[in-house]
Amino acid sequence: MTPLDQLESQSIYILREAYSRLSPLAMLWSLGKDSNVMAWLARKAFLGRVPFPLVHVDTGRKFPEMYAFRERYAAEWGIDLIVQDCPPIESIDPSLPPAARAAARKSAGLKTVIKAHGFAGVIAGIRRDEEAVRAKERVFSPRGEDSSWDFTDQPPEFWDHYNTETPPGAHIRVHPLLHWTEVDIWRYIAREDIPVVDLYFARDGRRYRSLGDQDITHPIPSDAATVDAIIAELETTRVAERSGRAMDHEAEVVFERLRKDGYM
Amino acid sequence: MTDSNTDALRGVLPIVIAGHVDHGKSTLIGRLLHDTGSLPDGKVEAIEAMIDQRGMGFEWAFAVDAFQAERDQGITIDTTQIHFRTDKRGYVIIDAPGHKEFLKNMVTGAAQAEAALLVIDAAEGIREQTRRHAYLLRLLGLDQVAVIVNKMDCVAYRQADFDSISREITAYLGEIGLAPVAVVPVVARNGDNIARRSELMPWYAGPTVVAVLDGFEKPPAAADQPLRLPVQDVYRFDDRRVVVGRIESGRLRVGDMLEFAPTGKRARVARLESWNAKAPQISAAAGQSVAITLDDDLFVERGQLAHAPDDAPHSAHYLKVQIFWLAKTPLKAGAQLVFRLGTASHKVKVAAIETAIDVETLARTAADAVPPGGVGEVVLHSRTPIVADSFHDNPRTGRGVLQDGHDIVGGGVVIDRVAVARQNNLFAVDHAVSTGARVQANGHKPGVLWMTGLSGAGKSTLAMAVEQTLFTRGFQVIVLDGDNLRHGLNGDLGFSPDDRGENIRRAAEVAKLLAEAGFIVIASFISPYRADRERARDVAGDLFHEVYVKAGLATCEARDPKGLYAKARAGQITQFTGIDAPYEAPEAADLVLDTETGSIEARARNLLEYAERAFAIEPESRRGAA
Repeated sequence: MTPLDQLESQSIYILREAYSRLSPLAMLWSLGKDSNVMAWLARKAFLGRVPFPLVHVDTGRKFPEMYAFRERYAAEWGIDLIVQDCPPIESIDPSLPPAARAAARKSAGLKTVIKAHGFAGVIAGIRRDEEAVRAKERVFSPRGEDSSWDFTDQPPEFWDHYNTETPPGAHIRVHPLLHWTEVDIWRYIAREDIPVVDLYFARDGRRYRSLGDQDITHPIPSDAATVDAIIAELETTRVAERSGRAMDHEAEVVFERLRKDGYM
Repeated sequence: MTDSNTDALRGVLPIVIAGHVDHGKSTLIGRLLHDTGSLPDGKVEAIEAMIDQRGMGFEWAFAVDAFQAERDQGITIDTTQIHFRTDKRGYVIIDAPGHKEFLKNMVTGAAQAEAALLVIDAAEGIREQTRRHAYLLRLLGLDQVAVIVNKMDCVAYRQADFDSISREITAYLGEIGLAPVAVVPVVARNGDNIARRSELMPWYAGPTVVAVLDGFEKPPAAADQPLRLPVQDVYRFDDRRVVVGRIESGRLRVGDMLEFAPTGKRARVARLESWNAKAPQISAAAGQSVAITLDDDLFVERGQLAHAPDDAPHSAHYLKVQIFWLAKTPLKAGAQLVFRLGTASHKVKVAAIETAIDVETLARTAADAVPPGGVGEVVLHSRTPIVADSFHDNPRTGRGVLQDGHDIVGGGVVIDRVAVARQNNLFAVDHAVSTGARVQANGHKPGVLWMTGLSGAGKSTLAMAVEQTLFTRGFQVIVLDGDNLRHGLNGDLGFSPDDRGENIRRAAEVAKLLAEAGFIVIASFISPYRADRERARDVAGDLFHEVYVKAGLATCEARDPKGLYAKARAGQITQFTGIDAPYEAPEAADLVLDTETGSIEARARNLLEYAERAFAIEPESRRGAA
């Protein structure tokens, strides 16, 4: 087995655990590269189908290319798609810096959709190498009734015996890509020929390395116009992946606040 | 991407850094990241900006400790995972905190690692958490360990101080069965002996930390061990029944015979199923998540373990397990827990606590409790057979976790087959009267006619009619009825899926006992879940005959002999099969009796004919006996 095979096998194991243990179950589909890989892994795990809904928590501020992508592949992959709107910015904690406040709309939309469907499990495509706070995550991460994350008292998790049970009202976030790195994701996209939004590919010397809302996501200087060029770029870069995501940089504690309150 | 020189193809080595609180684990990691050029641009500047704000000195640990709370307390709260690479390969470091109350995080981190660095402060020497972590590393099965003696500047780089610590820790590790690959004196903060050799300790001729890391080896794959495939789930998305799971050890090929423990049922691998694969898969090995179809429609469910028929794991009701206990209160004999091993979950009782182990002195003492954070040997008793290997033989199927309610509260490794003698006490006693003798005496074979169908389909009516007729013809026959059993034996059960499952399990066990006594048992149970009926078939084995008493919901609701449908529609009773609980019709019943297309009398005749055929020795001799 190559290391990519090992990553794939481990993620399939996690997805099958989630499907076996948690019901009702849903997967978050942000339309970004990671969640496309995740949906692809689900089709591998369940032999060509995704036996639970994909949820797009829609801020309404995504790039037009992302909406077009959603419509095309939801149909092509036979996805049971749930689109969840987010509340207006005015309803969000005004003490958050502007970009984080915009991002917090997504947490609010996510809480609404989890409550409305009573999801016991929500699969999310976060990775440990993305960001230091996410590095602390468990594969199966229990959340309180209000989606809150108590990072100071996380349950132990070892030997692939995940925490699959919660008290009523709580749910579990499942992270099948936790141990992947950014370049693993692109190598897998290359190997499997997984479609991604073309905003990732350089045009006029710039490309998006990470995709969020239009107004709080910025392109990076790059000439990488193909998947292979992106892989080559990542093998040598010394710039952090989420450097173009404004809410990560407003203050050192802001992302931690977002996560404790239920952000992905 | 087929370049064999890429990191992805060389693989990353997960390592854990363990040791007592404040001995410098996070500092070592921060320095390793820096010295291998693994910190993103701007990180050092960001740390400098932050410490200026707070008026602190520069700390490499800040590269690691992301959380506000950690910085304020100056300790690492939770396991972090950080990627870096040397010229040789990639690593993921799992930072295991040293603070005692965070032991569960240390275990979480260390259980994923393939090699460990144990950090010791040169001035403080070996402390309680140093030993505890070392012991846990060993218990978790890690055997590649190097010792890092940090803060050598605090002992003026003296070789004598280093030698003393080196001797002491090597002796301790030796006693628990670990031989460190190296003991390295360093000053993590200044980078001495991290990536470059230190000029301040010319007396040290061994490797740097980076050289030690690059010298660790990936553990060999488990593919050459006996096949172990715990069943994770069974899918029926289409007409295929697909068994999925991850091969923990060994390998399998299409055509191989598999045996499923604990049922002992066998079938061959018909196909390895996949999606978007470039070519059909014909074999798979340890580490792979597989989906297989079998050449025989066995009842297989999560928790069973597939293995080769000639190389079976143990199956036991009593297991001796060495545990590490992570709960906040001591573990005592009599505690009821769930033991999860492979994909199986077993309700267990702690039958005895045999030994507590003092990780400081390694003394083993008789004890009646295992304290929080402690290690001990306990005997677990399970009512269902636990299928396991000993940890020594096969770590992946010889280890499990203990769960209390929703929480994982400990881990354990199965010690050698100590408990087998106890288990033998539970073996079924052989009957003095043989089955053959009973058949001869009764003049017919025994068996179970398992009548399933909706309430109102006619199960009880048919059962009673046929019981009467068979009895008058000289058969030993008895009806087991769901309603009647629920008044007595199953009086403690409700109608949740779990309770329904237990209801059916007990009914099947009773039916089997009666059949073993020579009876023809007519078991009349709605038994709506296919899996429950399959389990009943499993219990009764060849004696089992599934009879589907078929009638549509509308018909049954119109008949409503007990007025239950009306109550269910009115919401007075809930979880009523057909209304707000499902009925899964049999797919391959031995007999179908449709009470919509034929009268009860006609169907009773059909059932009688079936029974006569199924249970006859030979018609003449039985009639003669009657």
